[in-house]
Amino acid sequence: MNDNPLVSLFGYFALLSLFAVGGANAAIPEMHRIAVEVMHWMTDRQFADSFAIAQVSPGPNIIIVTLIGYHVAGLPGAAVATTAMCGPTCIVAFLVARIWDRFKEARWRIAIQAGLVPVSLGLIAASAFVLARSADHNIYAAIITAVTALVGFATRINPLWIFAVGGLLGLTGLL
Amino acid sequence: MSATAAPSPVRPTLSELFRAFAVVSVSGFGGALPWARRKIVEQKHWMTAEEFNEAFALSQFLPGPNVVNFSVVFGSRFGGAPGAAVALAGLMGPPLVIVTVLAVLYARFGDLEILSRVLAGITAAAVGLLIAVVAKMAGPMFRKRWDWAPLVAIAAFIGVAIMQWPLPLVFVALAPVSVALAWVTR
Repeated sequence: MNDNPLVSLFGYFALLSLFAVGGANAAIPEMHRIAVEVMHWMTDRQFADSFAIAQVSPGPNIIIVTLIGYHVAGLPGAAVATTAMCGPTCIVAFLVARIWDRFKEARWRIAIQAGLVPVSLGLIAASAFVLARSADHNIYAAIITAVTALVGFATRINPLWIFAVGGLLGLTGLL
Repeated sequence: MSATAAPSPVRPTLSELFRAFAVVSVSGFGGALPWARRKIVEQKHWMTAEEFNEAFALSQFLPGPNVVNFSVVFGSRFGGAPGAAVALAGLMGPPLVIVTVLAVLYARFGDLEILSRVLAGITAAAVGLLIAVVAKMAGPMFRKRWDWAPLVAIAAFIGVAIMQWPLPLVFVALAPVSVALAWVTR
């Protein structure tokens, strides 16, 4: 794109924000592709760390873009990345909210929504895959992931407890 | 839908909007939606449950982070553009301050062995939760008689995770097909 990292940050995240059907979790693979593979802004581990920090921080998980932006270009990078990721979609939300009543029952509206569900499912599955590849590099980490998946599926436990246990197990040096 | 229930008569002021979303965002570990519902429907009575569900359906329909969309949809409904801006600022402001502090700390201490161990454990657990989300979404989709939806999901997964194609490309190729199939099969 451009030599100025702020311009690249803005361009990539503004574009991504419009394609992120399914929210932050669906956008993870593309963020990883851009930040690690294409632009080499951060290592695989730094990306996984940013994901973990965003997970345990309060607020929307999309806040991972703030961490990526800060890593790339300090405070201006954090501001630009966050604005790019939230700006376009907020403008769309504002405009659509005013005319929603006119088409909320329309067949095309329902078809779009139904058609996008499997797309976002595939993207979220891709997120899990991309992150598992960088996180589960030994058998213990893979076991934590597997057990957490079962617990998350079967119960409605607050994720903070799960993160706390995961963090403590990590602290033991097992991973 | 909204015609079935009378709209809630209680209207928030701008500063109430800001405070409500600020509280929701900092208490919303692991998804702000349940907190938003509790605050807006049960405590403040700014919306009925039906109105909330409808505003949330709209937020899910739109691209981008659902909760961020929701703050804009909700804020604009009660205060136009200023309302949307105030709700968004409430939602994003406090977490941004916290996460910026964390970013500074990570830039300084990210190489510490002990920190990377803890983060590795959290990531491993968070990936498990993502898999659980996928399983919960996939359950109803795959239980239905064999139809197009699982094929689209698998194609999106292969395109993005295995082939590592750009998301906009995969989206532009798959979404129209998927929407067309949704149109003809219902």
